[in-house]
Amino acid sequence: VVFQKVLSLLEEEFPDVCRIVTAVYPSAEDDVITSPYNTVLAMQELTEHADCVLPVENQSLLDILNKIDAMSYGTKLGPGVKRNNCVTSGGSRLSGAQKPFDAMNNIVANLLLNITSSTRFEGSLNMDLNEIAMNLVPFPRLHYLVPSLTPLYSLADVSIPTKRLDQMFSDAFSKDHQLIRANLKHSLFLASALMVRGDVHMSDLRRNIERLRSSLPFVSWNQEGWKTGLCSVPPVGHSHSMLALSNNTCVKATFMELRDSFTKLYKKKAHLHHYLHVDGMEQSIFSEALSSLTGLIEDYHHLDVSKSRLQRDTPRLRIATGSSS
Amino acid sequence: MSVVTIQLGQCGNQVGQELFDIICNDAEQSQRKTYSTSCSARFFRPTSKGDLVARAVLVDMEPKVINQSMNKAVKSGRWRYGEDSHFSQKQGSGNNWANGYCVLGPRHKDAVEELVRQEVERCDALAGFIPVMSVAGGTGSGVGTYVTQCLRDIYPTSFILNHLTWPYGTGEVIVQNYNSVLTLAHLYQLSDAMLVHENDTVHKICSQLLNIKQISFSDINMVIAHQLGGVLQPALTPDSYGVYSRNPLGELVSALACHPEYKLLSVSTVPQMPSSSIAFSTFSWPALLKHLRQMLISNTRMEVERTRSLTQGGFNTSLANLLILRGKDVYSAETGGFEDPAIYTPWLRSEEAFSLWKSPVSFDKYEKFATLVSNSQALLRPLDDMVRKAWNMFASRAYIHQYIKYNISEEDFLDSFTSLEQVISSYGQLQC
Repeated sequence: VVFQKVLSLLEEEFPDVCRIVTAVYPSAEDDVITSPYNTVLAMQELTEHADCVLPVENQSLLDILNKIDAMSYGTKLGPGVKRNNCVTSGGSRLSGAQKPFDAMNNIVANLLLNITSSTRFEGSLNMDLNEIAMNLVPFPRLHYLVPSLTPLYSLADVSIPTKRLDQMFSDAFSKDHQLIRANLKHSLFLASALMVRGDVHMSDLRRNIERLRSSLPFVSWNQEGWKTGLCSVPPVGHSHSMLALSNNTCVKATFMELRDSFTKLYKKKAHLHHYLHVDGMEQSIFSEALSSLTGLIEDYHHLDVSKSRLQRDTPRLRIATGSSS
Repeated sequence: MSVVTIQLGQCGNQVGQELFDIICNDAEQSQRKTYSTSCSARFFRPTSKGDLVARAVLVDMEPKVINQSMNKAVKSGRWRYGEDSHFSQKQGSGNNWANGYCVLGPRHKDAVEELVRQEVERCDALAGFIPVMSVAGGTGSGVGTYVTQCLRDIYPTSFILNHLTWPYGTGEVIVQNYNSVLTLAHLYQLSDAMLVHENDTVHKICSQLLNIKQISFSDINMVIAHQLGGVLQPALTPDSYGVYSRNPLGELVSALACHPEYKLLSVSTVPQMPSSSIAFSTFSWPALLKHLRQMLISNTRMEVERTRSLTQGGFNTSLANLLILRGKDVYSAETGGFEDPAIYTPWLRSEEAFSLWKSPVSFDKYEKFATLVSNSQALLRPLDDMVRKAWNMFASRAYIHQYIKYNISEEDFLDSFTSLEQVISSYGQLQC
């Protein structure tokens, strides 16, 4: 709630400065019972006052950590997978009931490092924070961008042959690398940004976009909706890496689940009195937040149904042509 | 006469640096003193220490690229940029043309104008301006357009030749078509002519002719700079009476852009091959010129591929052509193929439409080198694609709120679309 106030303050004081929010969404089995309330209330602020939101789900972070564990300790040991990889350098990990928050936070920290890499290092095609908002937000409220990071483990072999590089691009659009549980490929892309770091040539980037395009459905008016950035300096311990940020209607599913959890509690007015005791909180705030979320879901849905419609070029302006001499 | 170059945005500053490098290299390698002197005077100014300083102003809304370009120049050991000839900020334009044109341009107008004025005052005689910029991003396109407007206001009789880099057709920047449409529509009113390079075309040169396997922007920029060198280096023109032209931009504009509806110029050069192969190749003017003519009329800017056009039968009709020959035996080169009325629009005589410049000095490592600057239908298809994609996006009003935020309205968009449809229509009818 404090954060929400800070967000509005930032907007008031610095209206021209881009506000990109990394927001952690609760998993289904969250410890906090009232987390659906908190989340939906926060979402209204995010929808109204943030320029971009990068939703991150705890469950996805856990899944990623488990995948890294499996690669390091067990079955599919890759040719040079290091035990101490950079993603999870924050302390030891326990299985079972305790959540490895350090390691999970580390992943989110890496996300932020990748987003700001072009601002901090040089590259042949810079991409800064303002450009992310500009290119990925076609309509003001639809600014929820699905992040996915690759690679998630470090490779001992630094001179990675081209095949591995292409694998990085494919991985970026696989469910295992996304930071929320949603399926990009089965929903509609409004826009996507690829922030590539390290020894990657522009032609590699273009080749891979060509390769992936056919399997990724884009909205009709943005068939080439790719924003690209090339930063020369890779993250520590890797020769190259990539962050993909996708504006994709798959977030609709996440929001619908959230709305359902909210409604389950709200219908019974469960725990509502805790909130209403606080000065300034009224029930209308809840209903407004719910209707903001519902509106958002509808907006995404509206775009989703356009997916199957065949779009032709819009008729062009006609110019009166003078008679030829 | 001297040219003042204004480098705008990441692309402008990267391309500009490569251009000065090539020009300086060419001037130094040449054995001919008059050529070197003419070249140095045109693009560089001498300092008390005797080193060469580029006649350039570097502008960007973030500092990294300018720093890189300035450092690279110093590292070459042969030339550099003026220590104070640059202006940058810390925030970037966010790929937003409206931000560049309506907010950042005006905000920093005085600072940039002052830098330009200082460069102009250091010229004995001003040949004109070359703003170098991309059309896809926010600074080059938006701030670049605004700066061009300022130049036109302050120096109404000077020649302004904008060098534009058009982006790849498939995505570098999602809103690139909006930014391009707004830029081109505005520049059409401000610029004397626009010399255009398309990343797609240059990319094909790199992959198919130069055999570069992994192409980077640095490769692209070097090809662009090389072709520009072929255009801008000193040459003997019909008006110059045996000395290198003192009015290169003026002569180029009057040779090619005689009609306000037709200002888009493309460049082709031959030969185009990996530098390792040059020493082993022999060139004849008839073969080179035949190739170049074929490239022109089949609407391709490189020697291998055919592309379709928006005109009938893929034949590229020209309004005007400027051929620049450099190197050995230029005086005996037979250029009649370029005077053929069949390749020109019927409402101009081919003698008026064709211009020929020569330089007996070889360019770069090439014993013989030909540059063709064309005002033709070659850019019609890419322009039409740009407008079509922008229009489809505009129909859904996607991203428009980002422009409205900075004071560009839907009306402004419609005006720009209308202007460009007019340009497309004019070029489409050249063969009539």
